[in-house]
Amino acid sequence: MQPGPNLDMLSPALRARFDAMIAHYPVKRSALVPMLLYAQDELGHLTPEVIRGIAARLELDELAVREVIGYYSMLRLHPAGRYHVQVCTNISCQLRGADRIWDHCRARLQLENHQTTPDGVFSLEEVECIGACSWAPAMQVNYDFHQQLTPEKVDQILDGYRRKGASGD
Amino acid sequence: MPEPPQMVNLTINGRPVQAPAGSLLIEVCRANQIEVPSFCYYPNFSLQAACRMCLVEIEKTPKPQTACTVTVTEGMVVKTDTPVVHQARKSSIEFILTNHPLDCPVCDAGGQCELQDMTFRYGAAESRFEEPKAHRDEQQWSPVVYFDRPRCILCYRCVRVCGEGMDVWALALGGQRGVGSSIIPNRQDHLECEECGMCIDICPVGALTSGPYRYKTRPWEMRHTGSICTFCGDGCKTTLGVRNGQIMRGDNRDKSGINGDFLCIKGRYGFDFTRGEARLRQPLVRRQGELRPASWAMALEAAAQGLLAARQQQGVGVLGSTRLLNEEHYQLQKLARLALKTNHLDHSRSADLPGFLAALARHASSSATPWASSQDLKTAKAVLLVGGDPTQEHPLLAWNLRWAYRLHASRLYILNAGDIKLRRQAHRYAQVAASGFDAALAFLAGSGAAPAAQLTSVPPAAINTWPITPVSPISQLPDGLPEFLAALRQESDVIIVFSPQVQAAALASLVQLGASLPGQTRYIALAHDANSRGASDMGLYPGLLPGYAPLSSPAAAQWERLWGGPLPSEPGLDAAGMLDAFNRGDLDGLYIVGANPLRRHGFDAAPGRRKGFLVVQDLFLTETAAAADVVLPALCAYEKSGTLTNTCGEVQWQRRAADFEGAKSDLEIIHELSALLGHDLGTSSPERIFQEIRAHVPGYDVSWVQLHSGAGALSHLPPQSSVDASPLVRISATPWTRSADGLARGQTLFTDGELARRSVLLNSVMERHETNDAQ
Repeated sequence: MQPGPNLDMLSPALRARFDAMIAHYPVKRSALVPMLLYAQDELGHLTPEVIRGIAARLELDELAVREVIGYYSMLRLHPAGRYHVQVCTNISCQLRGADRIWDHCRARLQLENHQTTPDGVFSLEEVECIGACSWAPAMQVNYDFHQQLTPEKVDQILDGYRRKGASGD
Repeated sequence: MPEPPQMVNLTINGRPVQAPAGSLLIEVCRANQIEVPSFCYYPNFSLQAACRMCLVEIEKTPKPQTACTVTVTEGMVVKTDTPVVHQARKSSIEFILTNHPLDCPVCDAGGQCELQDMTFRYGAAESRFEEPKAHRDEQQWSPVVYFDRPRCILCYRCVRVCGEGMDVWALALGGQRGVGSSIIPNRQDHLECEECGMCIDICPVGALTSGPYRYKTRPWEMRHTGSICTFCGDGCKTTLGVRNGQIMRGDNRDKSGINGDFLCIKGRYGFDFTRGEARLRQPLVRRQGELRPASWAMALEAAAQGLLAARQQQGVGVLGSTRLLNEEHYQLQKLARLALKTNHLDHSRSADLPGFLAALARHASSSATPWASSQDLKTAKAVLLVGGDPTQEHPLLAWNLRWAYRLHASRLYILNAGDIKLRRQAHRYAQVAASGFDAALAFLAGSGAAPAAQLTSVPPAAINTWPITPVSPISQLPDGLPEFLAALRQESDVIIVFSPQVQAAALASLVQLGASLPGQTRYIALAHDANSRGASDMGLYPGLLPGYAPLSSPAAAQWERLWGGPLPSEPGLDAAGMLDAFNRGDLDGLYIVGANPLRRHGFDAAPGRRKGFLVVQDLFLTETAAAADVVLPALCAYEKSGTLTNTCGEVQWQRRAADFEGAKSDLEIIHELSALLGHDLGTSSPERIFQEIRAHVPGYDVSWVQLHSGAGALSHLPPQSSVDASPLVRISATPWTRSADGLARGQTLFTDGELARRSVLLNSVMERHETNDAQ
């Protein structure tokens, strides 16, 4: 018999953390977004197996989990580079020159949307609003926000990550 | 009585308007004939405010507001017809059309598309977008559902009807945010669902289209006839779109039937049995051991001769159908009693209606009409469901029960042996052993000890909250049936819905329980097939005349006077008795109308092994028909007119929608055969025959207006104190009758006897589900 959906792909520590987290909420599904985030931190992206496992753990249909993943640009279904560069091209950023920033990132990293550099250091994604409209144009690299961008500033930021990547931090 | 709602005064477009406090502005506008367009707003589902089409100006608010989410308040001043509003509508459409393809000439929705209508009405014929439209290929999600993503305008109607309406939750908004948003199915590239097609029906554009209908025809090329579904006993209206005499689609486009918005897979797509190759197109008569084509005159003559000869010997029996129209049932029992002079007459019974009416007469305190309509379920305060699985067997009633839970906080009490899906709406769910029904009902009625039962409950529906959490959490309760009974006793005006599992003694307990509850208890007796209630009411019983009058009752003499002939006074054999007698050679003739006992009950009628004469009247060459001496091809319900009575007792008019060459209506065949047997049944006009039924069968003096309006006219069959005098009304435990689980005949969402067996679409859905299950 095949084992049912489970979370065996995650570390025991994280699974214990999930157990504690679920107990915090009156409704189990409230734990969904943090669970997805922490699982993604461990695995790099959300695999079909972990999606099924989380759905089963929260007694949700897999569809309800995929619906949430689709909404949040910070959750992803495919592997990304070590530094995942997400450039907002939504309206506020667009009015403040996001197209220029996006084109600059593409040229600088030699990547198109949803691609990863051969060395696996960078991946690039165009995203909808990341909630940084007051400091537009903005981009997000992993959990860091970078705001009021200019092409020069983007170069500095990317160089910084490349150095970090080379030093193995 | 509920308190009358408090009214508020507001002004719309300079006109003073009164409306109940708390109503949605969009509804108030529409109720006052003020047009407010919308895509995403759909009455009775959660609010979305996604499409931005219903923007209106409200005084003292700085920008236009969505009328679908604003509730009216005292003194509100609303304008729906200003340049700002016009511009907002135009811009919304321009935005919605960003990626919408201009393929109206080939789109199924063309001619009945809300987006087409609104673009025409509010402009935005020119777009300022310069980018090419994003194209995505069409996807097939099931045999029924196709998805054309670029056409989708993301109104969420399908998501809500599937989740909130059907409690299936198979559709969601996925993909990515923004331009990458897309409706997605629950199994990544396909759907696993009840295949009801509600998502297709509710789609305002052509994004969701149906497998059986797509690219077949245009809406304006069809003639649309409001008919009644011929599958289960719920009696949903299905409007059949017919081109060149062929049914192209079934839907409920004008929402005027008892089912309102609802239709399940069978009502919507199951009609394809009508045009299958298997339909009989000419009569067959057995000559030299072979069934050979014959003319109608020859076949009817042969049938009459054979039956007359049998009548002279040891007698003839008549086995009726559960799908014929009331007029046909009524005339068929006349044929048996007046032309064949026998009470060997029965049908495949499900609900024990005679037993129930007798129990009512004995135990119910009030003589008021005890029946509840299908609509009553929608607003019931409390419902007790005993046995059965409405999701599978009565999809409309299940829809109505979910409606009541969602919109009226109705409390559903379920007593069941299995884990049925409606448990997710159950205020109290008591699960007992399959053999424990009688004891459980006896305990609830106040006698005997409580048998073991597992009790669970779900929280009440979260009205006015959004989003509604899919699938209510079910929690265990400590006590069993005593707690169930204590909670039930707090209710009043309960509607009790009971399955064919509840029979005989259990029925008496059920009615005793109903009588012990406060207020007026009403009932729905679940029965299988489109018109088994009609067969029962019209007297297809060996010991009961129309209206459940026993053969020896004073009513019998009245029927004799009306029909102008003596009635046989001896009770006849029931279905199982007839089949056994025919097999043994103790019955020399059998006339089977629209039933296939050979397949289901192993009745051995093979020619050569029996001496009796067998006439079968059916749509198909069924196993029983293949064994017959004469086969008479009949029309199906969609090809004839008359009345049907649904499982609740609602009488509706069936309109002929389609044509079929070579077959005759059952009514016509019954009349012609009866004449050849020596008894003239008079006019074969369904209207005239229904007039006679209406005048003489108890409970059937329903309003003509209601009958024809599609509202469903609830018959008010009275309790029958004299019924239990007849020993033959009990359903015997023989194979012809149903086994105790109520599902012996396998009536489910996708199966339904002979008709569903002949539907290519229903079979393909089942195969697909089996394949998916196996993976």
